Amino acid sequence: MTSHFLLMLLFAFFVALVFAMLMKDQPRDQVRFGVIVFGGFVVSALVLGWLMYPLPF
Amino acid sequence: MRADAVERVDTGSIVLLVLAAWLVPGSGHLWLGRRAKGLVFLVALTAMFAVGLALGGRLFPFESSQPLVFLAAAADVAAGLPYFGAWVLGWGQGQVAAVSYEYANAFLIVAGLLNMLVLLDVYDTAVGRR
Repeated sequence: MTSHFLLMLLFAFFVALVFAMLMKDQPRDQVRFGVIVFGGFVVSALVLGWLMYPLPF
Repeated sequence: MRADAVERVDTGSIVLLVLAAWLVPGSGHLWLGRRAKGLVFLVALTAMFAVGLALGGRLFPFESSQPLVFLAAAADVAAGLPYFGAWVLGWGQGQVAAVSYEYANAFLIVAGLLNMLVLLDVYDTAVGRR
């Protein structure tokens, strides 16, 4: 797999999954927290990517 | 609450518990009867480490002259048996030219760091803090 975007999604999935299981005990809370963390990763990466896009290095 | 936890896992067993939790991701939670968490940690962290290896990541050596490499090596070791298994098999040489090299290293390092967080959670659970 050479797509950095897909690798970022996979990375965010694993980290969100572990964080959710660590931080919350109830399944419903785990799902909600996991989705928030995963979304946070993806949105942050996209925003930072676009912000860095004009940089010449 | 704390007294109950101590009854569940005595002090002497805690060292063994933490050691097991380090070597096999998720085993500490399985030991404490938290099956769902244990299985998720076992599968997720092992898979994360395997993905890192498959993508051409490097198991960093302990080089005291390069602090960041040293820290990366410590994070790799934190993954437990997956690290030692890969090391024995000669995997994790690192394909620097691979387009996924940096991502692969992130997978390997973060798998180890997450295992450390899991280990702390096991300890907190065993002593009744959670």
